[in-house]
Amino acid sequence: MRLYPSIPLLRIVPDDTKFDFMRFRRISFPMSAALSILAILLYFFHGLNFGIDFVGGTLIEIQSKSGPADLAKLRTTLGGLGLGDVQLQQFGSPNDVLIRVAQQPGGEQAQQAAIAKVRQALGNEVDYRRVEVVGPRVSSELLAKSTIGLGLAIFAILIYLWFRFEWQFSLGAMIANVHDLVLTIGYMSLTQIDFDLSSIAALLTILGYSLNDTVVIYDRIREMLRRYKRMSMPDLLNISVNSTLSRSIITHVTVTLALLALLLFGGHAIHSFVATMIFGVVLVGTYTSVFIAAPILIYLGVGTTRMESEQPAERQSARR
Amino acid sequence: MLYISKWKATAILLTACIVCLFAVPNFFPESMVKRWPEWAQRHIVLGLDLQGGSHILLEVDANDVRRQKLLALQDDVRRVLREARVGLTSAPVIRGNAVEVRIRENDFQQGLAKLRELSQPLGGFLGTTGQRSLDVENVGGGLVRLTPTDPALLERIRQVVDQSVEIIGKRVNQLGLVEPSIQRQGNDRILVQVPGLGDPQQLLDILGKTAKLTFRLVDTSMPAEQALQGRPPPDSEIVYGSKAENKQPYLLEKRVIVSGEELTDAQPAFDQRSGEPVVNFKFNTSGARKFAQVTQENVGRPFAIVLDEEVISAPVIREPILGGSGQISGNFTVESANNLAILLRAGALPAKLTVIEQRVVGAGLGQDSIEKGQLASYFGAALVVVFMIATYGLFGVFASIAVAVNVGMIFGVLSLLNATLTLPGIIGIVLTIGIAVDSNVLIYERIREEVRTGRTPITAIDAGFTRALATILDSNITTFIAAAVLFFFGSGPVRGFAVTLGIGIITTVFTAFTLTRLIVAWWIRWARPRQLVIS
Repeated sequence: MRLYPSIPLLRIVPDDTKFDFMRFRRISFPMSAALSILAILLYFFHGLNFGIDFVGGTLIEIQSKSGPADLAKLRTTLGGLGLGDVQLQQFGSPNDVLIRVAQQPGGEQAQQAAIAKVRQALGNEVDYRRVEVVGPRVSSELLAKSTIGLGLAIFAILIYLWFRFEWQFSLGAMIANVHDLVLTIGYMSLTQIDFDLSSIAALLTILGYSLNDTVVIYDRIREMLRRYKRMSMPDLLNISVNSTLSRSIITHVTVTLALLALLLFGGHAIHSFVATMIFGVVLVGTYTSVFIAAPILIYLGVGTTRMESEQPAERQSARR
Repeated sequence: MLYISKWKATAILLTACIVCLFAVPNFFPESMVKRWPEWAQRHIVLGLDLQGGSHILLEVDANDVRRQKLLALQDDVRRVLREARVGLTSAPVIRGNAVEVRIRENDFQQGLAKLRELSQPLGGFLGTTGQRSLDVENVGGGLVRLTPTDPALLERIRQVVDQSVEIIGKRVNQLGLVEPSIQRQGNDRILVQVPGLGDPQQLLDILGKTAKLTFRLVDTSMPAEQALQGRPPPDSEIVYGSKAENKQPYLLEKRVIVSGEELTDAQPAFDQRSGEPVVNFKFNTSGARKFAQVTQENVGRPFAIVLDEEVISAPVIREPILGGSGQISGNFTVESANNLAILLRAGALPAKLTVIEQRVVGAGLGQDSIEKGQLASYFGAALVVVFMIATYGLFGVFASIAVAVNVGMIFGVLSLLNATLTLPGIIGIVLTIGIAVDSNVLIYERIREEVRTGRTPITAIDAGFTRALATILDSNITTFIAAAVLFFFGSGPVRGFAVTLGIGIITTVFTAFTLTRLIVAWWIRWARPRQLVIS
């Protein structure tokens, strides 16, 4: 069948690639281990730039009604209120300013009082685009709940993959996913991107894509394991990764295109979210599913029992 | 795999169309949708982060509830022991989280038995849980300690939240706000959401007040200053004036003549002589009778109007007030008089509430978010469609149709559920679109592989679908489990993400298994390809 009009279609990956991906495990494993340790060190010694969702405090986004906002003047006005640490930041256009007021001592009511003070000092010269006050109790709860949710989600997936595949696959998928999350958190620490509730959504999305990729490759590996009973594990993994390579690349190009559109036109509010996503999904996720999730199965001992049970039916499921 | 009966095809198309059609009301102005039949009105509600508005989370002050419970318990102990004529060596006092009372030795057994009767089994009409409302402890030496149990306290907090939701509803409605929503959250919290409210100051003023109003006589047996230094008479206490009254101390009788519960109406007004803003109020019959009696007996003495343990004003009774109505003045502004009238009409909250979270999004920012989000999605969608068609040709068109229907169905289901769409929710939809595109890519790549093994187009497509769908099911079930866990254990924004992701996964699996297959099956029947070119 020919397509009318017959135009040459874009071909990104040639048919029947035979890259030896498994050979890279001697580089990729130490590298990932080193990067993960670095990420964890960054987290503990450099820390995340926690937003008010997780540490409490007040965040006010204002828009100057008359031309660009005068940061210096705002700084002196707000600095004189006795609210402790007040941070100002240009946000998007020159008219927009983000004001962060640290958590006030004196419990929940003190936060409310702080915001009233700021409103009084700024008066009617500005438009309040967004005002958020998160008390100390809510913020610690949000952090705890988010962490527990993320942990439980990973655990539930582990159980499901254990039932659906073998335990080695489930462990491999978990290592791959945690690896992605750890590196992304390291990236967030390094860039000091605001870590707020939307960052949790970004981490979840990265988890989702990473999982999706891992399962697609594992599915193929399982199929190959049934088909080729005597092939060595590295060869079998190479075939599996190569045969899903085209799909991996096309899917990731598509996702990247969508993310680029969000980065360019999505506005300032989701900028850090999209940047994190691009790092997590595009840079880490793709690398992980090929260079970590697949080769780790060699170390976890997948396919060892298969070699021992000498069965004559070698290509028994090559044809359906 | 490729033979799809007419009935099945019709069912697939009907399901897809009907679900997509539910999304239609979202594209029309609300005034127009209101005239449609009820079943067609369901639509997606924009979250406050997208349409602008105020989100205020309140928490019941557990300490206040405990204090009230202890005060009531202290009264109960006193009353029960007095009624049973039990002699005391010292009166009941509140110590820490308990009430302690010392009973005379020869009355001890009788007194202890009476006190034990105060402890009620908990659990209401659904049967008892074996827990009781009080721990009654015989400390020895005639001392009995009564401690309210934690379950009893929790139950009381639950009741407080229920009552508060109702009272807050009354208060908020009086402010004339559009579609406020007041919900209980968890055990001890109340979430107030008001779309479109950009400056919640007045709302916060009204939510933060307990509004417990009492009328009490001023104790004139000694000046307040003297009572402050020495010991006030046993039935009186010191109450301070409000800011407008310069925090002046008053010595008031503990006995309440009339309380706010006996008001039937309160309205802001202006005083006829001074022109100051005041609040006019009316008592109900029993309140009016009590007030008339007390004012008749106490002409010439001052009485105090106390709001939330603060004296608003303390006028002198010039003549008996018999009509059951009166006026509160106390350096009000027009707004504060209006607020007080609202508070008095709605009634007092059973306990103090604290604002623990406040998020206000101006309408401008919400509008910006939507506009930018739309622009980004149109552009992203265009890029994806161009890329898919460039890669897969005609099959790219099929994929684009399938993904478009998928998105339509997500919006349809969200409308059907009257779900709230927030920014994290949109992120969930974007993630789903990625997964939906991936499911198409998986199918086509698998078909290509099968073609390369030398199969005829029809068997290649058949095998490709069978194998790819197994993979799609596996990866989507895994992601769905993650979404389900996040829904049950996550908080607000994470839940919004989980809802759209979960719905999106279901529609993705549906379109991959039915619609994409149907389109390809039709195409094969129509084109009868002898050679398959996908890429």
